[in-house]
Amino acid sequence: MAMSATDIERFIKEALPDAVIEIRDLAGDGDHYAANVVSAAFKGKSRVQQHQMVYAALKGRMGGELHALALQTSTPEN
Amino acid sequence: MTDIATWIDNEVKTNDVVLFMKGTPDMPMCGFSGRATQILQHLGVPFKGIDVLSSNDIRQGIKDYTNWPTVPQLYVKGEFVGGSDIMMEMFQSGELKTLMTEKGVA
Repeated sequence: MAMSATDIERFIKEALPDAVIEIRDLAGDGDHYAANVVSAAFKGKSRVQQHQMVYAALKGRMGGELHALALQTSTPEN
Repeated sequence: MTDIATWIDNEVKTNDVVLFMKGTPDMPMCGFSGRATQILQHLGVPFKGIDVLSSNDIRQGIKDYTNWPTVPQLYVKGEFVGGSDIMMEMFQSGELKTLMTEKGVA
C-alpha cells in the first residue's frame, strides 16, 4: 500500500484550494513523506487543528495507506 | 463513551504526562515514537509510556479519542499536545519546555 506525492498533493488541493504544497519523499517507498503546506485557511487555528485539516483532506488514508507524513503547516506571510 | 475511550480518558487525566507510542520508552518500535521519547527524556520530563501495539483496541481507540490518525500522541495534564512533528517543532522553538514548566511537570 502506498501513495504517490501527486496523489497527496491532489487530495490536499481539493480541500485547501489555495494551498502551496511542497512534498519530499523521505524513503522512496511511497509510504514516508514530508510535506510543507501553506494555506490561509490555517489562520487562527492551532497546530493540531491545522494538521487535522490536512489529515481530513487525505480522507482517512493517513496512518493506513500512508504510513508517515512529517507535516509542517503555516499561513502565508502577508 | 466506549470502554476503551473511558480507559484512555482516565489514563490521560490521572497521569501528568502520557505518551501513547509504539513500543516502550526503553524500546520504541518506530522512529517517530523513538524521537518523541528522546525529546521527553531530553527535557527531563517523567512520563507514562503506553504501548499501542499491546492492544488493537488501544491502537484504534487512541486515534478515535482525539481524531488524530497516528501515533505517537502526547498528552500533558489531560490535553492533547500533538504527534511527533508538533513535538519536534515545539521542542526546537522552546515552546515544549515552556509548556512543561507552565503545567508544572518539568
